Amino acid sequence: MKRQVILAAGIALAATTLHADVTAPGDVVADDYGDIMESLTGEPGDAERGREIMVTRGLGNCIACHQVTALEDEQFHGEVGPSLDGVGDRWEEAALRGIVVNAKNVFPESVMPAFYRVDGFIRPGDGYTGGPATEIMPILDAQQVEDVVAYLMTLTE
Amino acid sequence: MASFRKQKLWGAVFAAGAVAATGVVWADIGENRSLIVNGEIEMIVEAPAPEHVEGLSTIYSGWVFRSPETQMMQADDFDNPAMLDVDTARETFETAMGTEGQSCASCHDTPESLSTVRATYPQWDEEHGEVQTVEMQITECMTERMGAEAYGYDSAEMRRMSALISAVGRGEVVNVAIDGPAQSTWEQGQEIYYTRYGQLELSCANCHEQNYGNLIRADHLSQGQVNGFPTYRLRNSGLVSIHNRFRGCIRDTRGETFAVGSPEFVALELYVASRGNGLTVEGPAVRN
Repeated sequence: MKRQVILAAGIALAATTLHADVTAPGDVVADDYGDIMESLTGEPGDAERGREIMVTRGLGNCIACHQVTALEDEQFHGEVGPSLDGVGDRWEEAALRGIVVNAKNVFPESVMPAFYRVDGFIRPGDGYTGGPATEIMPILDAQQVEDVVAYLMTLTE
Repeated sequence: MASFRKQKLWGAVFAAGAVAATGVVWADIGENRSLIVNGEIEMIVEAPAPEHVEGLSTIYSGWVFRSPETQMMQADDFDNPAMLDVDTARETFETAMGTEGQSCASCHDTPESLSTVRATYPQWDEEHGEVQTVEMQITECMTERMGAEAYGYDSAEMRRMSALISAVGRGEVVNVAIDGPAQSTWEQGQEIYYTRYGQLELSCANCHEQNYGNLIRADHLSQGQVNGFPTYRLRNSGLVSIHNRFRGCIRDTRGETFAVGSPEFVALELYVASRGNGLTVEGPAVRN
């Protein structure tokens, strides 16, 4: 029993150490334009994982609202947001990170949800159950945000 | 860096322009604008927006956003699966319930005598000092006049009876009162309509006013009109009430919903119904 506890503590400590560089949602610093210069994890984003997050309904589901020509083998691209073709040319990485984290810092009236924020919501729910939230997790974790940003940077024309 | 800022500014202008243009230029609203049910009930599926709806110039029934196959199902009662529920409710209408030994027909004669109800509800109820939905009115009849046990607000029996009230009102022009004693409830509903709920921070207006006609993933966004309720939803294979639909929308914002039958949803129903003043009652409509 004692050994288990020590082991658990050890794992927890290791996990903390591993994520020491992760910026928590409340600690993210955006500039006046909404840009976020610093990586949220210090780890480079993985564009291939970012692509999966973009098209997966339970994760980013970015194509619910945006069209992306490079993802046209995936069905049902939405029309609510602008096309993302060429965003890697039009925006710098810090700006894309800022938009994914909280688009309203850049476009105050945007319909786009904030993917890395945990407070300031009206009647937040417990996932998609319709019940009240107990603990609010960001829609994407820090590395997933970096992965999406890495994928977006590949969308050049 | 300066040119980057300029690009960013253009991005912002473009995004703002896109929002303004949505629903006017880009909206894909379906070309079929004529619905005559059973060859005799002429529906108004497109009308000028009422003055109190500042965000829209034209209002459209949800029918115009649906596929031709779904549209056809509503055009003939033999093809509309909800008419089975309506037939069942017609029998119930004649059946005595509760301690007073009365049926709906004891007071109301025929369902057709209630043909103007759906078009004017929710409505202020002087006796109870509140805005009542059709479901609340049915509950009042059952518990206060018939001595019967109330149906659950969203029960199958209630949805059927509500569908009957809609069915006999089909073709009536929606004309919900928003002033007088109902005004404060209407204002509460308007506030709810424009509040961005849940972790996705979406208001009713974000989808159904700013983006109707657009696709959100595979869903074709309508204006969220309620003139076709209760609606037969093909994906549910059954009748869906207005409040159940509201609950589904707020749940999908990753939000905590209000309860079916709650004062908040009654207020929202009054407000949303009033956004359809000028369309015709279509319930039970058929939707995907």
